[in-house]
Amino acid sequence: MSAPLASPGARPQLGPAAAPSLTSGGEPRHASVTEVHEAQRLVGQDLRTEELIFNMGPQHPATHGVLRVVIKSDGEFVQGLQPHVGNLHRCAEKIGECVPYYQWVPYVDRMDYLAAMCNEQIACMAIERAAGIEVPERAEYCRVVVVEVQRILSHLFAMGVYGLDLGAFTPFLHQFRERERGLDLLDHISGGRLLYHYVRIGGVKRDFTQDWLDELEAFLAAVETRMPEYNTLLLHNHIFQQRTAGVGVIDRDTCVRWGVTGPALRAAGVDFDVRRDAPYSIYERFEFDVPHGHSSIAGVVGDCFHRHWVRAKEVEQSLKIVRQALRQMPQGSVMAKVPKGMKPPVGEVYVRGENPRGELAVYLITQGEDKAWRVRCRGPSFSNIGVITETAKGTLLADLVAVIGSLDIVLGEVDR
Amino acid sequence: MQQWLDQIASSGFLAELPRGLVYTLGALLACKLILLFVSLLAGEVVWLERRVAGRMQARIGPNRVGPQGLLQFLADGVKLLAKEDIIPAEADRPTFLVAPIIVFMGAFAAFAVMPFGYGLVAADMNVGLFLVLAMTSIEVPGVIMAGWASNSKWAILGSMREVAQMVSYEMPLGISALVIALLAGTLNLSDIVAQQEGWVWNWYALRGPFAFVAFFLFFTAALASLKRAPFDLPEAESELVAGFHTEYTGFRFAVFFLAEYSAMILFSLVTVVLFLGGWSPGFPLDLTGPAARWIGFAIVMAKTFALLFVMIWVRWSLPRYRIDKVMYLCYKVLLPFSVACVVGVALQILLGHALGGAFGQWLMGR
Repeated sequence: MSAPLASPGARPQLGPAAAPSLTSGGEPRHASVTEVHEAQRLVGQDLRTEELIFNMGPQHPATHGVLRVVIKSDGEFVQGLQPHVGNLHRCAEKIGECVPYYQWVPYVDRMDYLAAMCNEQIACMAIERAAGIEVPERAEYCRVVVVEVQRILSHLFAMGVYGLDLGAFTPFLHQFRERERGLDLLDHISGGRLLYHYVRIGGVKRDFTQDWLDELEAFLAAVETRMPEYNTLLLHNHIFQQRTAGVGVIDRDTCVRWGVTGPALRAAGVDFDVRRDAPYSIYERFEFDVPHGHSSIAGVVGDCFHRHWVRAKEVEQSLKIVRQALRQMPQGSVMAKVPKGMKPPVGEVYVRGENPRGELAVYLITQGEDKAWRVRCRGPSFSNIGVITETAKGTLLADLVAVIGSLDIVLGEVDR
Repeated sequence: MQQWLDQIASSGFLAELPRGLVYTLGALLACKLILLFVSLLAGEVVWLERRVAGRMQARIGPNRVGPQGLLQFLADGVKLLAKEDIIPAEADRPTFLVAPIIVFMGAFAAFAVMPFGYGLVAADMNVGLFLVLAMTSIEVPGVIMAGWASNSKWAILGSMREVAQMVSYEMPLGISALVIALLAGTLNLSDIVAQQEGWVWNWYALRGPFAFVAFFLFFTAALASLKRAPFDLPEAESELVAGFHTEYTGFRFAVFFLAEYSAMILFSLVTVVLFLGGWSPGFPLDLTGPAARWIGFAIVMAKTFALLFVMIWVRWSLPRYRIDKVMYLCYKVLLPFSVACVVGVALQILLGHALGGAFGQWLMGR
């Protein structure tokens, strides 16, 4: 194989909006035979360019794990691309059909490993609804607290890593400092740093202690004071804005067509959040805003900048929710009475919830056994990743990285 | 250097030998000294970069090998030497092997004309500045060769970016250096420094608004031709894996790495010499004596490290530009501004002629 060389300057017009090269101004003009001949000769022989087929991933620093994107490019321009998924397929759904319900819950942690608490909550809600288990009031509050802490951690991670994708290393490590505190926090309540199995069928594993609550309060205060600092590093940085504003615009219709949810959908101007619009758990008891639409800082609605901005705003809302939950929290048990060898009656349930990355839904068909007959998850990352085929076409290679990063996918959940 | 050589050559048994041989040996010795000094310095700059990055990122950085981790670069060097030297099967072998040497050469050759202090210069040439700019552009073919010979798509994209970027940024770099050439009326780097001696306002960066702007233009263009962040597109980790040196391992990689850091030192030195008064401490002080010139050397190094610190600081603070924005910045911002500075400084010199007196002399740059 000889080294393929593509010269970026060789073609006069690039990108999807390329006008036919032999028309000038607004008025179409017929090219003379010699002109066409000359152009063909130039392109065909002297200035021959080859399309380059790239394999970005599965081992590439910007693919957030093991995503493989096959890129057809003309020099720096992405002419077409196709994401290939499945490198991290671990049969999370099939396992759910093979093991008892209570054994499946830890597997759900591993789907979206950056938002394990949120996955657990939704999976447990589905099983509880199938089995008709009533969760104690205090346990619901415990769940909301840990889930919102998890959302903060996930967004901190997403924002930091997005900086890394754009070449800013320092914000990443700064946000990791706070994330580390948060991971310690969840570690102290559940015993695990990343994969918790804290939310159990019927409640949560253990109640909050006063020490833990103090630690939580310190963490919330730290995040609150640090967020403006992080925003100066990225959101209000001029180069960051140049890299993201107007790049990778996903409009409302495209979002709906591809089933894009979460921050990406809200960045496109759609005012939708499952927590508020289809309340589950006890979310209807809290006051919070759903950041969406235009940031009035930079860019246009639906671009990479807005996806980042929505995440930054959502951290503040999550802080608000945690504080409200801590204030309202009643006393009582944190675990319902769950029968041993639980066998939910025949039926099916579909439970949806808002993950940091979008809408996660769990669909269960039960046949009166101790395990589900069919398990199906609707993962936000999987639905979000498809849209890059449309959005990143005709952009620069660097923009493709920016688009993938802004969608904040977790490959564990794409492949499940 | 010349006087030293003359002295040495005419003393003792060396007087018996042919002059040409003594000079050749002297030149080789000077090369070796510079190579050693710059390599050590580059190693310490790597350490500085990692420590500063550590401080900026709320972590510690290397502090285990030697006092404060100062010998970290030795440990890294040993590690890289011990690695398997992989040459991809599909690579263009001879080109692949030669490329790092060429890149390295370009980065080192220019040190020959750098005045580290009064008289502390290997080759006191009257075309010093020109040689620096010429030698640093030798890096470009080396990078093309590395990217091409690797036969990797990421490497070729990286080298295309690098070549586009370096060739473009040489223009604002050269033109803003021309501002100083106009002011100084010479390309000899030692003479350029000599004309900045005295009080701090004699530094060329502070002689009028045009030279002041040219200082920033030069430094920015230098950052870009060094491929330092925010212009580190040729080796953009998150886009191109490692750019043109993706396929290089072990000591060949170390050579690229060393070349990059020596180029950083070189450009900081050039900036110090051209704009920040070289060994001038900012007040009248005679640093030409045989012992005093080492004080000058310390001053040059202090200024160089200050600029290196700024480079490191910038790198770890900012995200990366996109290739089209980089080109925009070069052709639509830096280039017009640097041309305007040249015109402005020419007018300033005319004004100096017209005014005469001490102030006129100051405006004229000598």
